[in-house]
Amino acid sequence: MKSSLWCLIAASLALPYHPAIANEKPTRAAEPPLYESSTPPTTRSEIDRLVLSRQSAAGIESALCSDSVFVRRAFLDVIGTLPTADEARTFIDDPDLEHKREALIDRLLERDEFADYWAMKWGDVLRIKAEFPVNLWPNAAQAYHRWVRSSIAENKPYDRFARELLTSSGSNFRVAPVNFYRAIQNKTPEGITSAVALTFMGTRTDSWSKSQLAGTAIFFSQIGYKPTAEWKEEVVFWDPLKVVAQPGNLAPGSAVPGAASSAIDEDSDVTADEVVQSSSANPSVVAIFPDGTTVPLDSSKDPREVFADWLITPQNPWFAKSVVNRVWAWLMGRGIIHQPDDIRDDNPPCHPELLAYLEEEFVNSGYDLKRLYRLILTSNMYQFSSISQQSAAQAEVNFSAYPLRRLDAEVLIDAINKITGTTDLYTSPIPEPFTYIPRDVPAIALADGSITSPFLALFGRSARATGMADERNNEPVSAQWLHMLNSSHIQNKLENSNRLKTLFEQRRKPQETLEELYLTVLSRRPSTAEVSRAIPAGKDAKLNRIEWIDLTWALLNNTEFLYRH
Amino acid sequence: MIRNEHAHSGNLVTRRRLLQQSVHGGGGLLLANGLRGSSALAASDESRKAAPTTPTAKSVIQIFLWGGMSHNDTWDPKPESGRDYMGEFGKVISTNVAGTQLCELFPELSRQADKYALIRSMTHGNNGHETAAYLMQTGHQPGERLAYPSVGAVFALLRGRDYEGIVPPYVVLTKPQGRFSEEGFLGPMFKPFATGGDPNAARFQVEGVVAASISDARQETRRELRDDIDTLSKQLAANSQIVDAMKAKQQAYDLILGRGREVFDLEKEDKSLRDRYGRHTFGQECLAARRMVEAGVPYVVINYPGGWDTHKNHFQQMRRQVPALDQGLATLLSDLSDRGLLESTVVWCCGEFGRGPKVDWQPPWNGGRNHYGKVFSVLVAGGGFKGGGIVGASDQKAEAVADRPVYPVDLLGSIYALAGIDVNARLPHPLGLDARVLPAPSDTVQSGGLLTEIM
Repeated sequence: MKSSLWCLIAASLALPYHPAIANEKPTRAAEPPLYESSTPPTTRSEIDRLVLSRQSAAGIESALCSDSVFVRRAFLDVIGTLPTADEARTFIDDPDLEHKREALIDRLLERDEFADYWAMKWGDVLRIKAEFPVNLWPNAAQAYHRWVRSSIAENKPYDRFARELLTSSGSNFRVAPVNFYRAIQNKTPEGITSAVALTFMGTRTDSWSKSQLAGTAIFFSQIGYKPTAEWKEEVVFWDPLKVVAQPGNLAPGSAVPGAASSAIDEDSDVTADEVVQSSSANPSVVAIFPDGTTVPLDSSKDPREVFADWLITPQNPWFAKSVVNRVWAWLMGRGIIHQPDDIRDDNPPCHPELLAYLEEEFVNSGYDLKRLYRLILTSNMYQFSSISQQSAAQAEVNFSAYPLRRLDAEVLIDAINKITGTTDLYTSPIPEPFTYIPRDVPAIALADGSITSPFLALFGRSARATGMADERNNEPVSAQWLHMLNSSHIQNKLENSNRLKTLFEQRRKPQETLEELYLTVLSRRPSTAEVSRAIPAGKDAKLNRIEWIDLTWALLNNTEFLYRH
Repeated sequence: MIRNEHAHSGNLVTRRRLLQQSVHGGGGLLLANGLRGSSALAASDESRKAAPTTPTAKSVIQIFLWGGMSHNDTWDPKPESGRDYMGEFGKVISTNVAGTQLCELFPELSRQADKYALIRSMTHGNNGHETAAYLMQTGHQPGERLAYPSVGAVFALLRGRDYEGIVPPYVVLTKPQGRFSEEGFLGPMFKPFATGGDPNAARFQVEGVVAASISDARQETRRELRDDIDTLSKQLAANSQIVDAMKAKQQAYDLILGRGREVFDLEKEDKSLRDRYGRHTFGQECLAARRMVEAGVPYVVINYPGGWDTHKNHFQQMRRQVPALDQGLATLLSDLSDRGLLESTVVWCCGEFGRGPKVDWQPPWNGGRNHYGKVFSVLVAGGGFKGGGIVGASDQKAEAVADRPVYPVDLLGSIYALAGIDVNARLPHPLGLDARVLPAPSDTVQSGGLLTEIM
């Protein structure tokens, strides 16, 4: 078997650095491929069986990625954070080839950054943003984020997570999940229905019939919003009698006498009045679930609860499907149904059996999200190399290669800051006084979409306006290259980095410094060809500070650094 | 809100005229290939045989006085209204256009009044910075489901495809406003290129283009090194993502090492002309904007350095800031005119709103002016706008529109008309939703009609 040869190579790399290895110019065969593993893929799980059986039918052969690719990929995908040189080295040199990849996934799932990173992703979906256009306001955005992050950290079952978001009542500061209903631009029953459908059913009401939308909107026609005496505090509650719509009916403690909406000054949302006036509070009203079944509303029960209980039943055709598809899309770059928020009959999944399997596993696990991550991340399929012989589009629908994706804006700047030991300033210019975030907070942990930096905006961070999956945009544009290649922002980081200075000035052989630099930036050791390109030949070959900086610059502008691969 | 009967009928006429003027109104595809959401590409619904009128505006320079500049103390002075309204600026000066008067702080602009028109009846009634800024620069009501792109992003989209320059089609000097995302749902390709740096510094360090500490030789060495060690992309050379990324990188290098950067090199200008623009950031921004217009850039925004949100210390701040605005803007207009560029370049200048006509003498304002969207002034010039005119009027104390309201859709609609952009054209929404350049007049979208009196 090839694996025994691989063991030997891995063992030799595990030895302390030996410059002779680099300088001896070993034959090509002795150097393992940088990106691929020589072990062929096997069927480790049901996911593998489903993916591989389709591939062998289509005559596609995938290769597994190398350990150095895997460690980088896993860190970036699971915790949105670049591994340190030590973390990369420890993993690559770990001789336990049988278990180390799975063990790494398990360790990463328990890291603090896991909750930060996934709260960021959910923050896009749930539109956690203080300012325009959803206007949650700063303390409510913080409370909302904190609730989402701790739900992820404690691995709250997803059905409970959804139910709490859909049915909570109370103050936007104190009962954080009520902010779900505030983070919607169009707070009419139909607008709320669209947000609910997009978030929890992965479907766009633009593709619904008018009656389907109107029937579902009835569940969301009794939501009241009222201010309190505290600035920007707002209570979201079940308001079947439409008390906030009564003229002259003051909200208790309202600072401004008069209509509730007048207390919301210059940034007024669509007022609650509009919402409650748009449908009558007829107690004998019949609402219609999106699947067409009707339900008479009991005037003693909040219809949001009726809807939520329908949504989170295991038989619901949208609920589990949309979230497993969303998680798959986040990890694999493309939903089994693509886009992940466009589930409809005429947009079929590219692998229905796979989707059905994930759904079933997820429901049977009690809506355990972490288990779902683990199921996908520990499959052999997740370890496929990104270097594919097929066209990218073909590989994409067969999941036969790991898809190349540019790092998310937040992940990218965090990686650059980690490498250089520098920080960025994140602020929000509105409302005054400006918000500033402590320098040591990484971008993936920012709570509020309004708190930002020019870099995050340039690299396509989500605007959190609609909650659509493609609001986050990782397409390359030349202005991003200008920034990476030639901005003072990046250049200053390289020039002023104490971390890099220490690395470059340590009394070591340049090959050792180079190896450390490669492990720091690309999470792997340099190849022989790369060593000879970077370090000029000759016994006393040395690089000066500027040459080291330029080399680091070149690595930061490397495809391998800028992309998940 | 002010509405009048004429507003609506007037708008119908001008809307039709607009369609006739539009080069895109004839049913052709609006957009180049390669944009995402291509299914949303569609010609105007109301497309009909369009008269091939040549648009007059090739470029636009938008000077945005963010924070909101007082109209009383600038372009709509009311000397009769007394100290509570005029504050410390009681005097007005005549201009080279008979009957047009400005506040005393504008000696330079008073000599160029034949080149611009003043709208003194701009109105939208919105007093929030970000919502009013959105309204003034998109024409759409804030709070709708879609976040629309700014007028500059629409130019980048619809005019950018005929534009082959190296400098990006939509440039902001020097910083974005940060109050809303200019690109809206069009995505990051339509984000303005923000220059950063200071054009009044010894060297205008355009962020990403001109790096002071890196010589061309070092740029070349770096570039070669990067390409040599880009090991992964060599194995993925056929991957369409890599192909796109490398194309974008090539464009970046055309700016860094190619002809593009020369556009930003103000040293190429005559010293005395630089002095005429004023040796301050705003003056040199105006000069840089003119150089970009010469290079064919479709849309340039100058976000006024410092801003105009003068709740407190209003009169001191006006004394400090207005002279630079006066000098830079007046020189820009005369320089564009001298070079024959004014007829093809729209210049428009205003904030998101005006400021309260009645001075707040009470603490904590102590002589300040607060946000005021009910009526304020806009300066427009060039590109087909006739100079010397006044559009509309405010009332005696500049508190409300007295005559001929001009709403955001009227101002932006006129600029689009001069540039040959069909305001009824569909924008490529990523979900294929129906999104138009400007909203049609409705209960929530008021219109007083295009600015036909000065077009």
